Amino acid sequence: MKFLVCISNVPDTTTKITFTPDNKEFNKAGVQFVINPWDEYALTRAIELKEANVGSTVTVLNVGEADTEPNIRKALAIGADDAIRVNAAPKDAFFVAEQIAAIAKEGSYDVILMGKESIDYNGFQVHGMVGELLGIPTVAPAMKLDMSGNTATLEREIEGGKEIVQVATPFVASCQQPMCEPRIPNMRGIMTARTKPLKVVPATGDAPRTEVKEFALPPKKQGVKLIDAANAGDLIKLLRNEAKVI
Amino acid sequence: MSVLVVVECDKGEVKKSSLEVATYGAQLAAQLGTSATAVAVGEASDASLAKLGEQGITKVLYDKEPRLKDFVNNAYTKLIATAAQQEDAKVIVLANSNIGAAVGSRLSIRLQASLATNVVELPKTEGGQFTVKRGAFSGKAFSDVVLNGERKIIAVKKNSIEAQHEAGKTAEVVAFAAQLSDADFADAPKQVVMQDQAGGILLPEAALVVSGGRGMKGPENWNLIEDLAKALGAATACSKPVSDVDWRPHHEHVGQTGITVSPNLYIACGISGAIQHLAGVNSSKVIVVINKDPEAPFFKAADYGIVGDVFDVLPKLTAAVKELG
Ligand SMILES: Cc1cc2nc3c(=O)[nH]c(=O)nc-3n(C[C@H](O)[C@H](O)[C@H](O)COP(=O)(O)OP(=O)(O)OC[C@H]3O[C@@H](n4cnc5c(N)ncnc54)[C@H](O)[C@@H]3O)c2cc1C
Ligand SMILES: Cc1cc2nc3c(=O)[nH]c(=O)nc-3n(C[C@H](O)[C@H](O)[C@H](O)COP(=O)(O)OP(=O)(O)OC[C@H]3O[C@@H](n4cnc5c(N)ncnc54)[C@H](O)[C@@H]3O)c2cc1C
Repeated sequence: MKFLVCISNVPDTTTKITFTPDNKEFNKAGVQFVINPWDEYALTRAIELKEANVGSTVTVLNVGEADTEPNIRKALAIGADDAIRVNAAPKDAFFVAEQIAAIAKEGSYDVILMGKESIDYNGFQVHGMVGELLGIPTVAPAMKLDMSGNTATLEREIEGGKEIVQVATPFVASCQQPMCEPRIPNMRGIMTARTKPLKVVPATGDAPRTEVKEFALPPKKQGVKLIDAANAGDLIKLLRNEAKVI
Repeated sequence: MSVLVVVECDKGEVKKSSLEVATYGAQLAAQLGTSATAVAVGEASDASLAKLGEQGITKVLYDKEPRLKDFVNNAYTKLIATAAQQEDAKVIVLANSNIGAAVGSRLSIRLQASLATNVVELPKTEGGQFTVKRGAFSGKAFSDVVLNGERKIIAVKKNSIEAQHEAGKTAEVVAFAAQLSDADFADAPKQVVMQDQAGGILLPEAALVVSGGRGMKGPENWNLIEDLAKALGAATACSKPVSDVDWRPHHEHVGQTGITVSPNLYIACGISGAIQHLAGVNSSKVIVVINKDPEAPFFKAADYGIVGDVFDVLPKLTAAVKELG
C-alpha cells in the first residue's frame, strides 16, 4: 500500500496575525511555522496503517518554497519514509490541488491523506479538488479510517452525525480528530530523518483561479461590560433589551 | 444566466444555513439583474421548498430519486452540475457545510469555476471584477479574494447572513431528473448515524450557544450548562480539553482545531479564553464570559462578563431566563 500524505506549512496556532503595511501579504516576521494540526492526524494514521501492513510506504508531500523543509523533515522524523516538495509558492487551492493530483498520478499512490482544512487559508477544499482531478472518491472530513486489503471503512462527519462509508483504493480522505493520537518525533526519528530522501520537483499546471487582493483584521471589541455576580440575572435583561440577541 | 442556490434539507425541512444561502443567492441575483433558482438535496417536502419564495427564490428544482436522501458526494455533484448547465448558472451559492464544501470543491473542477469558501458578505461586482470577502486564519482575519473564472462558486459561512422572510411569497417547485445511474451512487454511505442533539439544535447552525470549559470541574455538572441552554433554546459546546477527557462528545469541541461557530450569542462558562479557543468563537456577535478569575484572557474578547463562580451564577441566569418567558 502506497500512502501519500499532504502537509501544509502554517503559522503556529498561538500566532498573532498581522499583515504587511499594504495589507497584501501575511507578515511572516518572527512567526513560527508548524505542520497544519489536522495534517498531523493524516500523517500519524498513515504511519499506523503502514506498520500494520508490511511492505507499505508513506510519502509526505508539500507544495511550498524551501522554507517549508524543516517541517517536511519533522514529518520524516515522525515516521514517513520519503518526501516530495513541489517547489512553488502555493498560489491558491486549485493550484495546490493540481500539483498534488499530478504527483499522486505519477506515483500511483493508493491512499491520499490530507488534513480537514488548513488553519491559514481555511479553504476546506483541496481534498475534493484532488479527488475530482483524479476521478476518485474523496471522504471528507473523516474521523476514523480502517483498511482491510484494498477496502477502506471510514466515518465521515456530517452536521449532526456521521456516515459510515466504504471505498476501494485509490481514494482521498481528509482527516480530523478523533482518528488517532498524533505522534511527535523521537530522538531516533530525528537522526534518521536527516538521511531520508527529500525530492524537490518543479510545479506544473494551470494559472490559479483566485487571487487575494487584501487582508483585514476583524474590528476591535468595545470592551467588556461587567455585571455583578450578585445580580447575575441583570445580564439576561441586557441581552434582551440592549444587545437584543435573546 | 442565473444564480443557482443549493439548499440542503433534512427531515422535510430546509436547513437554517440553507435559508441564509437562499437569501444570499436572491440578493446576489438582484445585484446582477437576474433571478435565483434553487436545487434541493436531502429529504425535502414540496411545501417547505415552495416557502423558499420568502427568501426570494423563484424556482426550485427537486429530484425525488430516493437515494438522494442521504449525502452521496458523486451523485450530489452530478445533480448540481446538471442543474447548473440547464439553468446556465454563472454563480453557484452553497453553504460552507461539510456537504457544501465536499460538493463545491468537486464542482469547481468539473465546471472549471473559481471557488471561494467561508464567504461572509455579498460580493463586490463593480467594474467587471468579482470580489468576495472571506474568513481566513481561523477567524483571526478576513481576505478579499478576486474570482477570475467565468463561473464562480461561493460557499457562505453559517450565520453570516440573516435569512429574510417575505411572508406570502412562494417559489415554483419543478420536478427535475438528473438521470443519475447506479455508478453515481457507488460512494453511498453504508450507514448513517445521527447523534442526539441537545434540544434538537445543531451546534454549527445554532444562533445561541452555551459552552463549558474545565472550570465546570466535571461532566456531572453539565446539567447547569444544559439547563441554561434549554431555557434559551441554545446549543451546547465545550473547550478542547473537556472533549479530550470525554466529559463531552468530540462534536461539541469548538476552536481552531474543532468547530468554528459564529452565533448571535456565545456564553463561555469556566473557559479561560486561550487563543486557539477564541479562534473558533470570535466571530460570534455577542460574547458573554463567566469566570471566577478577573484576569482570564477571555474577558478581553467579551462584550459582557461576570466575575464569579459558575456554580453560583449559572442557576441565577437560568432562573432569570425562565422569568423573562
Ligand atoms: C507566502 C504564501 C502566500 C500565499 N498566498 C495565498 C493566497 O494568496 N491565496 C491562497 O488561496 N493561498 C495562498 N497561500 C497558500 C495556502 O497556504 C494554501 O497552501 C492553499 O491556498 C491551499 O489552502 P486551503 O486553505 O485552500 O487548503 P485546504 O483545502 O483547507 O487544505 C486541506 C488540506 O490540503 C492539504 N494542503 C493544503 N495546502 C497544501 C500545500 N501547500 N501542500 C501540500 N498539501 C497541502 C493539507 O493536507 C490540508 O490539510 C499562500 C501560501 C504562502 C506560503
Ligand atoms: C495546537 C493546539 C490547538 C488547540 N485547539 C484548541 C481548540 O480548538 N479549542 C480549545 O478550546 N482549545 C484548544 N487548544 C487548547 C487551548 O490552548 C487551551 O488549553 C484550552 O482552550 C483551555 O481550555 P479551558 O479554558 O476549558 O481550560 P483552562 O484553561 O484550564 O481554563 C479554565 C478556566 O475556568 C476558570 N474557572 C475555574 N473554576 C471556575 C469556577 N468555579 N467558576 C468560574 N470559572 C472557573 C478558571 O479561572 C480558568 O480561566 C489547543 C491547543 C493547541 C496547542
